[in-house]
Amino acid sequence: MALRIWASSTANALRLSSATRPHFSPLSRCFSSVLDGLKYANSHEWVKHEGPVATIGITDHAQDHLGEVVFVELPEAGGTVTKATGFGAVESVKATSDVNSPISGEIVEVNSKLSQTPGLINSSPYEDGWMIKVKPSNPSELESLMGATQYTKFCEEEDAAH
Amino acid sequence: MATRQVARAGLPLMNIVRMKGVPILQQLEVEECLLRTSSENWCIINDGTDKPNIVMGISGKPAELVEISPVLEDKIPVIRRFTGGGTVIVDHGTIFVSFICNKDDVADVQPYPRPIMSWSSLLYSQVFQGVTNFRLRENDYVFGHRKFGGNAQSITKNRWIHHTSFLWDYEARNMSYLRLPKRAPEYRLARDHLDFICPMKDYLSRSEFITRTIDAAESHFSVESTEFEAVKPPSNMKFTPTSRLLTNQELEAAGNTSI
Repeated sequence: MALRIWASSTANALRLSSATRPHFSPLSRCFSSVLDGLKYANSHEWVKHEGPVATIGITDHAQDHLGEVVFVELPEAGGTVTKATGFGAVESVKATSDVNSPISGEIVEVNSKLSQTPGLINSSPYEDGWMIKVKPSNPSELESLMGATQYTKFCEEEDAAH
Repeated sequence: MATRQVARAGLPLMNIVRMKGVPILQQLEVEECLLRTSSENWCIINDGTDKPNIVMGISGKPAELVEISPVLEDKIPVIRRFTGGGTVIVDHGTIFVSFICNKDDVADVQPYPRPIMSWSSLLYSQVFQGVTNFRLRENDYVFGHRKFGGNAQSITKNRWIHHTSFLWDYEARNMSYLRLPKRAPEYRLARDHLDFICPMKDYLSRSEFITRTIDAAESHFSVESTEFEAVKPPSNMKFTPTSRLLTNQELEAAGNTSI
């Protein structure tokens, strides 16, 4: 447990932008990275608010637990998202998994690279694997999301419970 | 907020729906509706479907997975379902078993594909205990190195479905409608369909399999029987299922696509 906290803290301190990390044996947990400066939902999506636009994707913890992503279903720009409601899905290991928006707003851009290269979600969940960009309709929704430290603890507790 | 229903035994409640010969598209529509709009746990068992249908996963591309010309010529319906996974051809010899659960009612299972798959394999290990060498192998149910059950899932925020099509029996000629998929399990070793699959009928009768499955479910849930008519979505329900039948135009366009 201490080693995993150290790994997460180190990732934060280093502000690692890539999600590449050593993969251990299938029986051990990967050390998922959590980035400072982002906000996190309890359904394992992240949001990065920069000026008028917020970028949304799924976390390193989520992509690690989902497995290899082979297909991504995304909405079209111009649509809207609602906080805590699904806007798309990813397919991995014979499963479709909903992706939920941490905030409400208008979709201004969708990551078109994911249709050809869905694996970007695994290899770069916080950068090249971003999913949608949204113009927040209620920026105060960000305040109810978790910060990096709280989300790290949330993930550890969730994994420990199973 | 979903209300957890707990029977006197302390186990969460599960509604068992037994059907026979229901069209697979209708079954998929009912399942997706229950997943998205119900707060209860369900086990749907469909003992055979009415006629041969090809069923692809959510990302399935007919040009890659299906022999388009014979499918069009023989008018075999091709469905794209709401769950992930691969392509199957199902008919009266297929037995379908689907579990739709609240994640909190299966609390020791994280709501991700691999833990759910492991949970299901333990349940079916009970079903086939003492029968033959059943195991989960790269997300397929196998006897030895031959697949007899294909799995797929859909996971929402608080619920998930794990559904399986079991090859109790099949017609060899139907397998010729399917192409060898690009993404295949390693253990398949490029075998064609007939060398890769096997029928369950060599090991269990249909009724015995279904009885054993319900018995296995009872070790995890407090089960109650529900009639199929009671779970059909009402006509005024505002839910649009995403599983759908591909049109001839779509199949013809796929047939014209160079791979």
